[in-house]
Amino acid sequence: MRPDPDTVRGWLGEVPDPEIPAISVVDLGIVRDVGWENDTLVVDVTPTYAGCPATLVIALDIETALRDRGIDKIEVRRRMSPPWSTDWITDEGRQKLLDYGIAPPQLNAANCAGMLSAQSAACPLCGSENTEAIAARGSTPCKAQFRCRDCREPFDYFKAI
Amino acid sequence: MDPLVTFCLRMGDTTLILGQQTAAWCGHAPVLEEDIAFANMGLDLIGQTQLWYEIAAQAEGKGRTPDDLAFFRTERQFLNAQLVERPNTDFAHALMRQYLFDAWHLPMQEALCESGHEAIRDLAQKSVKEVRYHIDRSRDLIVRLGDGSDESRAKMQGALDALWPYAADLMATDEVEETLVAQGVLPGLDRVRTAFEAETAATMSRATLEIPGNGHARIGGRTGIHTETMGYILAEMQQVPRSFPDARW
Repeated sequence: MRPDPDTVRGWLGEVPDPEIPAISVVDLGIVRDVGWENDTLVVDVTPTYAGCPATLVIALDIETALRDRGIDKIEVRRRMSPPWSTDWITDEGRQKLLDYGIAPPQLNAANCAGMLSAQSAACPLCGSENTEAIAARGSTPCKAQFRCRDCREPFDYFKAI
Repeated sequence: MDPLVTFCLRMGDTTLILGQQTAAWCGHAPVLEEDIAFANMGLDLIGQTQLWYEIAAQAEGKGRTPDDLAFFRTERQFLNAQLVERPNTDFAHALMRQYLFDAWHLPMQEALCESGHEAIRDLAQKSVKEVRYHIDRSRDLIVRLGDGSDESRAKMQGALDALWPYAADLMATDEVEETLVAQGVLPGLDRVRTAFEAETAATMSRATLEIPGNGHARIGGRTGIHTETMGYILAEMQQVPRSFPDARW
């Protein structure tokens, strides 16, 4: 049995990101390529942040999910170039982040990445745009901490990078 | 040693030792947000170290792993800039050390994005995006605490006076870099110093801090000469793997 790459992508769409289980590794945009090399299924994955501790777990989770589908020979490869960007998070992934309570990153990472002051986030709870950044780092390296000035709730913002 | 290996160790050792020092703030920083920020930046730096050590290990071709390079070399074999091994005296020192490092690291990574070596170029194009966030935070805090209360300003000025002489070690180059520039592996690095000087001058001016003008400079880390703090850092960082060298997760 050698399922086609689109079928495999569909399966990977059910593998959650270990840090933010609301979205899948496909939603996150880190699955760069899926294909067969002889009898081995090769999945190219690009790391988010160089030091993201989830990276090793992601490779293991992908391998486990494919084994559960009956694939024996699997190789998860790390692809460094081009570097991952939050622009690759799918529209579906952005909606899932929002539903989970995390404000999704602005598009066009190239324009706002590296400067939190260039980015604004609407409150994922009440929708207000009257928000302020509290800290450049949140519960993980990829997030910043914001506060809504209207409903007064703190929330995480997924930084554009 | 192959100049490429030496250069990768100079870069990777610098990010590793700063990552180790930064991680030590976990649970100790003055406010929760900064505690989390330091811990997360330490993660970024250690992740970048892994990439540098992979390139070094591959170029060296002796079958060493990144963990071997981190945990089984001695003080004289570490080639980090002396700045990053200066102690976590207080939050002002840790922050100033981070800012001076960032002010060098960003233009260095920007320059390396044009490297003729594919793996170094890939590393830089990834890291530079993280490093932009690092300096965004450290610059903001230098200005807020420098141009802050009398006490915060005095602490920041004290940290700048103590650490400025070590900034020279970040930019110290020798025949290793010259060889790599000649080979096209590295672009010219003069612009890194120019960018560092412009960045620090502008930020210290906004922070109402004065850069020491006495010209003192401490160098030597790039050739394995370290300050009195280095042995203690390595002892803490290497103790477990050296005690149990065959242990596996």
